[in-house]
Amino acid sequence: MGNETPLWEVFIRPRNGLAHKHVGSLHAADEALALSAARDVYTRREEGNSIWVVRSAAIAASDPARAGENFDPAEDKIYRHPTFYEIPDDVGHM
Amino acid sequence: MYSQGLIGADGSTEETDRFLEAFQARIDAEEKIEPMDPMPEGYRRTLIRQIGQHAHSEVVGMLPEGNWITRAPSLKRKLALLAKVQDEGGHGLYLYSAAETLGITREQMTDELHSGKAKYSSIFNYPTLSWADMGAVGWLVDGAAIMNQIALCRCSYGPYARAMVRVCAEESFHQRQGYEIMLTLCRGTEAQKKMAQDSLNRLWWPSLMMFGPHDGDSAHSEQSMKWKIKRFSNDALREKFIAATVPQAEFLGLTVPDPDLKWDDGLNGGKGGYAHGDIDWDEFWRVVKGDGVMNRERIAMRKAAWDNGAWVREAALAHAAKRCDTLAAE
Repeated sequence: MGNETPLWEVFIRPRNGLAHKHVGSLHAADEALALSAARDVYTRREEGNSIWVVRSAAIAASDPARAGENFDPAEDKIYRHPTFYEIPDDVGHM
Repeated sequence: MYSQGLIGADGSTEETDRFLEAFQARIDAEEKIEPMDPMPEGYRRTLIRQIGQHAHSEVVGMLPEGNWITRAPSLKRKLALLAKVQDEGGHGLYLYSAAETLGITREQMTDELHSGKAKYSSIFNYPTLSWADMGAVGWLVDGAAIMNQIALCRCSYGPYARAMVRVCAEESFHQRQGYEIMLTLCRGTEAQKKMAQDSLNRLWWPSLMMFGPHDGDSAHSEQSMKWKIKRFSNDALREKFIAATVPQAEFLGLTVPDPDLKWDDGLNGGKGGYAHGDIDWDEFWRVVKGDGVMNRERIAMRKAAWDNGAWVREAALAHAAKRCDTLAAE
C-alpha cells in the first residue's frame, strides 16, 4: 500500500427501517476522516441518516469466476418456493 | 459534471476469439460488467481512460466557476455556485473511485493529469470573463454534459453507470440555475442582456465541441459503441443538444452565433432538425493538445492545490499510523 491513502467502502442507511446499502468508496487516512469525507461526498441531499465505512482491504468477496457453481444450484430448487405446492382453493389463503 | 468524446483511446486486445465472443455475448445480452469480471484489455483500458478523463473534467471544471464564488452578485447566487462547485468535486470523486475498480490508482491518475498525459474536457480551457459566463456555463456546458451523461447511465460497466445515475440526479439543478441566471440578465438592463449575448457568443461553439470529433473522425467510437460503453454517437448527441438548446436561446431573446443555423424540415428523415455551420476543429484540437487560453493555468492550479495539500495528507497518515501503534500496544 506504501504511502497511498487507504480505500474505504461507504454504506448509507437512507432512513430508519432500511438496511445500510453500499453507495461507493473513497480514500481516507483513518475511520474518522473516512466518515467525515463520506458525509460530504455521499449525503449532500439527505441521502441518509447513518453511515458505515469499512476498509476495502477488509472485505472478503466470492470469486466471480465461480459464480456459476456457487449460485446456479439454487436455480432448479423450485421446491423452495411456495408456488411449488398445490393447495385447493377451498382451503383459503395460506 | 462534464464529459466529452474519448480522445486517443486504445481499443486493441490480445485475447482469443472465443473469449472476445463470449464477452461480446454478455454485452449484447445487456449484462452489466462488474469490477472483478473477466474483460478484454482494450475494454479495461478504454474505460480507465474515459472515466479518468471524465473525473479530471469534473475536478478541473471546479476552477472556472470557483473563480466567481467570491464575486457572485447575491447570497442566493453564491450559495448555488458553492453547492454546484462542491457537487463537481463530489462527481470527480465518484468517478475516480469507479476508475480505480479497474486497477489504476488515484495517484497514477493524479500524476497523469498533472503531467498532461491525461486529457480533460476542452471547454475548461476557456476563461470565464463575466458573471454571465456562470449562467452560460450552467445552461450550455452542464446542458451538454447532461446529454452525454444520461446516455452513460446505461453504460455496460456497472460502477461507471452507477456513478452516472448519481451524477445525473444531482446535475439538473446545475443547468437550471445557469438558465435562471441568463433569464435574469436577459430581463434586466440593456447592458446585462448584452453581457448574456457576449457570453453565448463565446461559449456556444466550445459547448458543441464538448461532444467530441465527428463520428467519422472519432477513431475508437465504433468499438466503444459495440462494447456499449457509448450508447449514442458524438454527432447524434450534438444534434440532440442543438435541437434542445436553440429554442431556449430564442426564449431568452438571444441570438445563437451561427449564421448558418436554421430549421430544416427535410432533416432526420422528414422529422426536421437544425442545419448549422461547421465547427472549427483546428481550434478543438489546439485546445485539446494544450494550447487553449487557460490550459497552463488550470494545470498549474491543480498542481498547486495538490502540492500545498501534501502536508495534510502526510500528517493524516502519520496520525493514523501512530494511533494504530498505540492501540496495538494497549
